Amino acid sequence: MREIPIDKQNQQKPDKRARSLSVLYKARSLMMGRQGNDGWLMKIIIYILLISTGFIYLYPLLFMVSQSFKNLGDLLDPTVAWIPRSFYWENYVQAWKVLDYVKTLGSTLLNSVLPALAQTVSCAIVGYGFAKYKFPGKSILFGLMLITFVVPKQVIMIPMFLLFKDYGMLETPLPFIIPGLLAQGLRSALFILIYYQFFRTIPGALEEAAQIDGAGALKTFFRIILPISVPAVVVVFLFSMVWHWNETYLASLYLGNAMTTLPLELKTFNDSFKAMYTGSSTVTDVNESIRMAGTLLIVLPLLILYLFAQKRFTQVVDSTGLTGE
Amino acid sequence: MKMKMKKTKREAMIGYMLISPWVIGFLVFMAYPLFFSLYMSFNKVMITPYGIETHFLGWGNYKDAFLVDVDFTQKLFLFLKSNILMIPIVIVFSLFVALLINQPIRGRNLFRAIFFLPVVITSGEVVQELFSQGAATIPIVEKYGIITMIQDNLSPGMAGPIIGIINQFILILWYSGVQILIFLAGLQKVNTQVYEAAAMDGASPWVTFWKITLPEVKPFILVNLIYTIIDLFTNGFSDVIKLIQDNMFKANTGFGYASALAWIYFTVIFAVLLIFVLFFRNKDQSIRAARRS
Repeated sequence: MREIPIDKQNQQKPDKRARSLSVLYKARSLMMGRQGNDGWLMKIIIYILLISTGFIYLYPLLFMVSQSFKNLGDLLDPTVAWIPRSFYWENYVQAWKVLDYVKTLGSTLLNSVLPALAQTVSCAIVGYGFAKYKFPGKSILFGLMLITFVVPKQVIMIPMFLLFKDYGMLETPLPFIIPGLLAQGLRSALFILIYYQFFRTIPGALEEAAQIDGAGALKTFFRIILPISVPAVVVVFLFSMVWHWNETYLASLYLGNAMTTLPLELKTFNDSFKAMYTGSSTVTDVNESIRMAGTLLIVLPLLILYLFAQKRFTQVVDSTGLTGE
Repeated sequence: MKMKMKKTKREAMIGYMLISPWVIGFLVFMAYPLFFSLYMSFNKVMITPYGIETHFLGWGNYKDAFLVDVDFTQKLFLFLKSNILMIPIVIVFSLFVALLINQPIRGRNLFRAIFFLPVVITSGEVVQELFSQGAATIPIVEKYGIITMIQDNLSPGMAGPIIGIINQFILILWYSGVQILIFLAGLQKVNTQVYEAAAMDGASPWVTFWKITLPEVKPFILVNLIYTIIDLFTNGFSDVIKLIQDNMFKANTGFGYASALAWIYFTVIFAVLLIFVLFFRNKDQSIRAARRS
């Protein structure tokens, strides 16, 4: 909010000054700007830098799209660089079948949305406790919570595996959901921290008013605090879901052969392809284009999600102040 | 007085109640596994039909890791060599991009969306796939022979890691999404009036960056350092982690040995973290001292 008037000021001031000052000063301020970022030369440099780094960022994605539409002829032809001669959809048809797309998508969603929901709620409650209540030993517990972020999952993975095995939770999404419910699991410390920062910005008067009206702590939290914390909730949910979606290491360990997720399927893509198409006369072998089509299909749901929620993702900066003071 | 006592007690009760899920979770899913894996690392662990059998070995597993296992030390060393250089690059690059997007430019949201996109897609498998298909190298680099130039002019020990970085340049950029966000948050907290005052006094953008922006985002550099190290070292992309997982299910090594490897790995990560943080602190102090004089 604060930025807008200052931006306007910046745009107006050079005009006013330029009119009253010498031509030389005018030329200089046009080129270099008064603050180094509002002259046109500087502007051009910034845009060039932005566009070129932006291109480097998008390069793998563009490469993937371009490659996935090539048929074998285009793939082997060095004169076809970016745009294939014809859009060859067969790659996608084959990749779709190899991935067993609908079924795998279902289990991927199961393994990402449910844990994300659990984590979003539990971390919110814990973050609220840390942000708004004083109790003995709070700083020690908070410190412990932050330290858990540094513990690599490889260290605790083996006992966890045995634990889940004992309780017969392997081959189900439960090894992700249950730690999620207890504010543990993938990067929980980060989520608690995001909530903690957000809740601290909410004035205490709000809760006091609710408590005078006779609402208990949990009721206050769910009825009053949570509804005004939508940005933080959405950000945490999106992050948690994406990270769970992309988790292949623990997923392959916990889910075994019973369940599979899209990123896990990519690992076995070649083998599944061979198993499916061996003996058929039309297709001989898996090629890069089919693999790229498969990769694109795997990230496609995330890309669509990002398309819609892109603002929310970047909002983490504006509304939650991720790291605080 | 009595009322107040009661109130603080009540507040503490509610506080404990709210964080109790975390406390339980911490005990079950963090403290217990940590102790158990530490215990296992000193034992030979065998899974039998009757349950887990342990046989105390003392430092045996740790000794084996360094003295018997050829793979482990070699892979650990290679991994460190290729990744430690990546840390400062990620930090510098993400600060650079954050500075760029923080400028008052048109299409700011579009650029933000682009730079943040990798966070959504970077899973180990997808990245590995893109990497193996050659989508992670910039073709220009090969075209102009930058790599051969480096090979010709530097010793092989130096050239190796640098070429590695060039080859995975896009990967490095792709690992900086969250860091860019954190820096952006830091940059937006800087009071714009400070910049105006500096401009009034005739400070150039270069000076402004070193004297105002950098000190202001310093705490965020520390946060990003920690985040980057953890992100790079635990993402399952590393050979060391694969080795740990392989050893878990090997008959002659098993969970005990794998746990020992995991603890060595953890210690190494922690050491790297400590070195970077201490180095950063020292530098911080010397900069401060320089500014004072």
